[in-house]
Amino acid sequence: MTDKIGNVWVFIEQEGGKIADVSLELVCKARDLANRLNVKAEAVILGNKISGVVDPLFHYGCDNVYLIEDPALEPFTVLPFAEVLVKLLKEHRPNILLFGATLKGRELGPRVASSMMCGLTADCTSLRIDNFDDKINKKSYTDKLMQIRPAFGGNIIATIVNTWEDPQMVTVREGVMKVSIPDTSRKGKLIKIKAEISAESKVIKVLKRISEEKDIDLKKSQIIVSGGYGVGGKANFKLIYELADALGADVGASRPAVDAGWVDHDHQVGQTGVTVRPKLYIACGISGSVQHRAGMDESSKIIAINSDPDAPILSIAHYGIVGDLNVVIPKMIKAFKAKV
Amino acid sequence: MTDKRQLIVFVKQVPDTKNITGDAMTPEGTVNRAALPAIFNPEDLNALELGLELKDRYGFKVIIATMGPPNAAEVLRAGLYRGADKAILITDRAFAGADTLATSYALSCCAKTLGNFDLILCGRQAIDGDTAQVGPQLAEKLNIPQVCYIEEVEKVTKNSITARRSIEGGYERLESPLPSLLTVIDANSPRPPAARKMMKYKKAKTGSELAKSLGYDNYTDSAALADEEKRLREKNLWIHEWNAEKINAKIERIGLKGSPTKVKKIESVVLTASNVVSIEPTEAGITDLIQELIKDHTLG
Repeated sequence: MTDKIGNVWVFIEQEGGKIADVSLELVCKARDLANRLNVKAEAVILGNKISGVVDPLFHYGCDNVYLIEDPALEPFTVLPFAEVLVKLLKEHRPNILLFGATLKGRELGPRVASSMMCGLTADCTSLRIDNFDDKINKKSYTDKLMQIRPAFGGNIIATIVNTWEDPQMVTVREGVMKVSIPDTSRKGKLIKIKAEISAESKVIKVLKRISEEKDIDLKKSQIIVSGGYGVGGKANFKLIYELADALGADVGASRPAVDAGWVDHDHQVGQTGVTVRPKLYIACGISGSVQHRAGMDESSKIIAINSDPDAPILSIAHYGIVGDLNVVIPKMIKAFKAKV
Repeated sequence: MTDKRQLIVFVKQVPDTKNITGDAMTPEGTVNRAALPAIFNPEDLNALELGLELKDRYGFKVIIATMGPPNAAEVLRAGLYRGADKAILITDRAFAGADTLATSYALSCCAKTLGNFDLILCGRQAIDGDTAQVGPQLAEKLNIPQVCYIEEVEKVTKNSITARRSIEGGYERLESPLPSLLTVIDANSPRPPAARKMMKYKKAKTGSELAKSLGYDNYTDSAALADEEKRLREKNLWIHEWNAEKINAKIERIGLKGSPTKVKKIESVVLTASNVVSIEPTEAGITDLIQELIKDHTLG
């Protein structure tokens, strides 16, 4: 006999009533996992005066949504969020709890996991259900969450299993889980819960918040032209912009080009930048470090332009052009303009 | 006894995963770990720098501590070269195989053993695991507030700290009571080792290192060792070496035993030569490529 396992939960991140993209990605994944385990997909959302924003959570696949509203939950500070969440988890014992691997998720997840004495795997890029034989401790587990993540600077891929009490907790990298088409007729149950937040959890005071508008959000780009250190200089980076302009694309960059000050950090693709999945990614003068590849190797099509025939980027590209980008890019612009 | 205010900086020695050169790659395209040098985790240097700034501004005593194998004493010396006042190596075979939960528990035991701290500083994350979990978990274990992604500290009063931290799409200034734990990002410039301090502290030793240097297998009861330890302590050249028993760590909560996460499988990322279509950098080659991409609706 096995006890009935708990449901699959997603921590929903919101800012000013806008639900984070990664949270919707995770709702879709939670739906898959819940179907596989034959349990419910549920979301938990915390904030103040946000009851109007929950419908999409049902459209993307949630059966139930737990809503907790309190003035102390806006703006986000970690202690009241952790207190409320821990209380809910102890009461409901979900089988799985997913967080986005965002700044907030990575601040909150570990605090909650430590309090629950649960394992937590950071920055997963893939999740699936499988059995696990713990050969060292001679124990077998059925239907556990396989938590798959790059480690060691992206040079290895590890599959991690949480063998202690549920929930099995993970943070998941933004942009890696596929979003399904929402069904706007889909409905679920909204469960409002009163927050009980202790005085000790209200000790961190936000004095001031400053938003700096992002230049660009590459996560939504369909075509990206990216420049690396091989572009050679800030002035020459205009070639990247010219090709992007001609193709109707957005401009990306590798970390060395950003560190050199040729282009702003908002354009950085890779482990310390954004993860992108466009239909076309053109890597110009990018050698293709593991850190960069981690952010773009799921692009539908990759063109790599590099003067070094041994550059690692060429081995993951679909089309490789070994040559001088100063020659190749103008030819591409010309060829494209001629055809359209 | 001194009633100087104290802060603890927890650091980690890591393999240098960011500078993987040809030498570190095997012919199969996997990483040869043994070829990677052990370095001071970069963001932990930022945390140490912040600690040293607070020492300069407010007179904090800076304690640097790390959990690791005996040779992790190297990062403690690197801390002493820069201005740390006291160094602790948390080392014991029983700590081996710890995940972030077991690690944060061991570090919390060390902090409790020290007691009397106003601040704990950690780097945001280590480059070997990139988890960023140990800082928040340590704060929870000590039941103190955490403030992550710190860029700079504006001020420290008797009871509180005001700091600026990075948030999604901007930054925020916040105030937290003491003691608090801060995780620090790459937003300051760590000072280099000071030549004079280096001359002095390169002689700093743990008990095990001292024993070895005098020809013993490990630290034992011996008048010669005791004398030398006394001399090193007087000169502040003693790197404290604490095991699980010294920090009152429960054996079932450390190392592999205290780790809820198990590694099922490790795969090296091998770059296989995929089916790359090689395009000639000529007018004809590029025109064909663009035409193909327009035809399959990737472009246009």
